Amino acid sequence: MLVTEKNAMTEEIEQLVEKYGSKRSSLLSILQDIQRKHKYIPDFAQQEVARLLDIHPVEVFSVISFYAFLNTKPKGKNIIRLCQTISCDMQGKSAVAKSIERELGIKFGETSKDNKFTLEYANCVGMCDQGPAMIINERVYYKLTPEKAIEILNGLK
Amino acid sequence: MEKTKRKGAVIFSKYSRGEGIKRLLSISREEVLFELRDSKLKGRGGAGFPTATKWNIVAAAISSQKYIICNADEGEPGTFKDRVLLLEYPELVFDGMVIAGYTIGAKHGIVYLRGEYEYILQSLEDYLAKMRNDNLLGKNILGKEGFDFDISIRLGSGAYVCGEETALIESLEGNRGEARNRPPYPVNTGYMGKPTVVNNVETLASVPHIIVKGGEWFKKYGTDRSTGSKLFSVSGDCGRPGVYELPWGTKISELLDLVGARNTKAVQVGGASGTCIPKSQFDRTLAYEDAATGGSIMIFNESRNMLHVLKNFMEFFVEESCGQCTPCRIGNTKLLEGVEMIEKGEFTFNYINQLKELGRTMQVASKCGLGQSSPNSFISILENFKEEIFNGNGGAHGK
Repeated sequence: MLVTEKNAMTEEIEQLVEKYGSKRSSLLSILQDIQRKHKYIPDFAQQEVARLLDIHPVEVFSVISFYAFLNTKPKGKNIIRLCQTISCDMQGKSAVAKSIERELGIKFGETSKDNKFTLEYANCVGMCDQGPAMIINERVYYKLTPEKAIEILNGLK
Repeated sequence: MEKTKRKGAVIFSKYSRGEGIKRLLSISREEVLFELRDSKLKGRGGAGFPTATKWNIVAAAISSQKYIICNADEGEPGTFKDRVLLLEYPELVFDGMVIAGYTIGAKHGIVYLRGEYEYILQSLEDYLAKMRNDNLLGKNILGKEGFDFDISIRLGSGAYVCGEETALIESLEGNRGEARNRPPYPVNTGYMGKPTVVNNVETLASVPHIIVKGGEWFKKYGTDRSTGSKLFSVSGDCGRPGVYELPWGTKISELLDLVGARNTKAVQVGGASGTCIPKSQFDRTLAYEDAATGGSIMIFNESRNMLHVLKNFMEFFVEESCGQCTPCRIGNTKLLEGVEMIEKGEFTFNYINQLKELGRTMQVASKCGLGQSSPNSFISILENFKEEIFNGNGGAHGK
């Protein structure tokens, strides 16, 4: 990380700590904001969060490692989470999954070379009555067909 | 998004925003508790603990701080009623929280919204702003001296186990969402070590109706031990999936007719952690005293392979077990391996029976509800569908 990038990151985290407070109970909210913006929580950011909350960096890492939506390695700009649980499965999840894999040229768990997409499975996203469903970043898409899923992906920057 | 399919007589009955809060201006905490006790409302998340008892313990506690937490970490496979309540009926949920705050003496309420529902967050924040504007939140609510209460919303980050109340509290405190030993229960030592009520979204949404219309009215619906109505999240093989409000005590067969399910082979009641009910038992009723559920109803028709269904559930639990206690961490992995053995036809009946025993051990030895209930599907599917699984229509020998 460049020094200028580090400074920008420190400033960003200081603002988040100001917004949520420097208490331990603010940790998850702070991490979620960093994750949302950068799509991962770099080592340096973990250290800065730890310093400002006055906890050990390993505590921060420990929390990140617990939650499925937080990660310490870079991910694509758009994180696709296709629901794999039974109701979506019965409504045609596999066909949608295969079409996305084909179209993006990546498998589940991978990130596209241009860093535009990361493809993952999610457990039940609560759209069981309108499956198959997927969440991309913070938006939910439902009643997917292979074709519709690809159209949605094409519409993303 | 599609609308609710069926509105019943209780939760979806007429209610204007703020009505329950206005009622508080003329009744005491004791009267609220009386109505609640009279209604016999039980927790809608699935465990069915009497709400009045929970509130009463916290109301009676002497503490500088108390909290009311709304558990909106709706993660049980097949459940989506909270999504509908939060999107379309936020007034019920938030008014319920204000009533809880008033009754137990909490100044602060927290909604723990699952990360998957982040798309609902903005509309909820907007609604809270509107409430503050109308003095339904904030200081001296509706002019009542000393009636201060506000609500904040916190997001989860994709961990099913955080729906367990002590794991949820750990998560709110900025920790890994690992369940605590109980006792002490949150009513004594909850968020930040203070007395805390944790209620399901639907439980809180029932409260304003009870306060306005009375416990007596609420009890008219449902059965003696399961009063009121329930929101059922119906998905799977049926013509009309969606949210259905029905009185407790409705027969499974009645529900199947209502949702347009044909050639039904099995109904999973209570999600992945619930029980799989075969056709021969469709006359059972949905109620705490019979087939209890947090509302998840998943329907499987004759074309479905039950071993595949079971595998999907076990994969879910292997991923979602927090890994803290051994019975759940190792147990779920072993059960999944067992399913895979059956799939390949490389199993012995003796070993499968041992795995069922292991499941029963998990039910008593796991630390929290996740590991205690995850073997339910394994045991019920293998028992109720053994002919299909072991005799040739599916699994080892079938398609």
